[in-house]
Amino acid sequence: MAELKKTPLYDMHVKYGGNVVDFGGWALSVHFPTGIINEHKTTRERAGLFDVSHMGEFRVKGKDPLGFIQKCVVNDIGKGVIGQCIYSPLCYPSGGAVDDLITYRLGEKEWLIVVNAANMEKDWAWMSDVLKGFPGTTMVNESYDTAELALQGPRAEEILQKLTQTDLKSIGYYHCRDNVTVAGSKTLVSRTGYTGEDGFEVFSAPQDAIALWEAMMTAGKPLGVIPIGLGARDTLRFEACMPLYGQELDAERTPLEAGLGRFVSFDKGDYIGREALWAQKEKGLQRKLVGIEMVGRGIPRHGYPVLDAEGKKEIGYVTTGSYCPSLERNLGCAYVPTAMAQVGQKLSVGIRGKAVEAVVVKKPFYKRVRPTKA
Amino acid sequence: MSGVSFPKEFKYTKTHEWIMVTGGTGRVGLTNYAQDHLGEIVFVELPEVGAMVKQGDTFGVVESVKAVSDCYAPASGKVTKVNEKLNDSPELINKDPHGEGWLFEMELASAGADLPSLMDQPAYEKFEAEAGAEH
Repeated sequence: MAELKKTPLYDMHVKYGGNVVDFGGWALSVHFPTGIINEHKTTRERAGLFDVSHMGEFRVKGKDPLGFIQKCVVNDIGKGVIGQCIYSPLCYPSGGAVDDLITYRLGEKEWLIVVNAANMEKDWAWMSDVLKGFPGTTMVNESYDTAELALQGPRAEEILQKLTQTDLKSIGYYHCRDNVTVAGSKTLVSRTGYTGEDGFEVFSAPQDAIALWEAMMTAGKPLGVIPIGLGARDTLRFEACMPLYGQELDAERTPLEAGLGRFVSFDKGDYIGREALWAQKEKGLQRKLVGIEMVGRGIPRHGYPVLDAEGKKEIGYVTTGSYCPSLERNLGCAYVPTAMAQVGQKLSVGIRGKAVEAVVVKKPFYKRVRPTKA
Repeated sequence: MSGVSFPKEFKYTKTHEWIMVTGGTGRVGLTNYAQDHLGEIVFVELPEVGAMVKQGDTFGVVESVKAVSDCYAPASGKVTKVNEKLNDSPELINKDPHGEGWLFEMELASAGADLPSLMDQPAYEKFEAEAGAEH
């Protein structure tokens, strides 16, 4: 595996017994010794620690960082205050997605943009091109100079609090704080994640990553924390119906079709894709992303055809499908014609040449119970 | 699963299925190596009783959380019985791959004429060790 890129936490994958594979050119673990199902359940019930250092980070500063980012993204980040994180798709003029990302406002005129690892080069090239229209605004690619750990689960705050003087309760959901000292290292901490649980993402210098990982494992041991691989990362985000670029979103699918309309703003100025998205919204969607549950025996998977209830006509396709460990059901997300997108609509999934009965169900499949505010 | 040995009375395929022959009947399953590599099995698709299977052809699939894996028939014959317990408890394959996790039974074709092409236990042990070393 000499050619694979290693994150600053590679040695931890080896130490903790991860089965390291080639994940888009990175050496990462699909699972650790206890396996995907246990990792998934542990994250929902206690806490899980993830190496997500392969993600991309771009820092935007200078003359008009807000104007530049607003031109690129479909959501309105102008309403974000310092310390606020905002999720947004990034679209082509056609309205199809380039990627989805999270913007972190770190200062009056400073943002960190976190992008999917698989799209880092593409996003960099795309945004660099737009940047030409914003002389004086700067964007620096810090992806290879940044490590990222995610600590997720109901025990995550308790564990992380042991390692920092910063009152983590003061960092609300989809908010962040820069220069937080965690286990002696300076970090950016956000209450964000890709699991559907409460938790934090911690960005650090690469050389501090291992110490942070080990500190979290040690602090978390009495609370049951274990390392989590990519396999459970996918089942966790899927149960919570969080989109994955390349499956729910791609160049051919718009955020409106993907059910992400609340992240598409028509209240801000012009941005790439605005015209196409507005036209699609006005005309009405031809297809929609729905949740499906298998009624017959079988597991729906990415790319499987979706057929009508009689199993005769192909009407759509599965974007993600899996056995869901917390719900113990076989579920999927699929694009179907709008006319067939109602909850309760019967349809079928083509599995190895056979049409297996399924039904449209409500999304999200899993929603954590949030404690009510005192 | 350390310490799980490969039964002497089984014959083995290069694709990590086993067959236990009793007279003209064969009971088929996946070896410990297979279940270890697949991870937690969450779904099994078995052949229908009465179906004809051909040595080397796929007879069904096992699915882990992440992947679908074809299973290949160790011998040719007619399926006489399938392990219904696997519908609700596919994890039996992980827990007891050489026993409770058996997949199906069949009436061997041509009095088991295609059995000699399979590996016996010592040959499979060697094959499995080499396959393990590559991963």
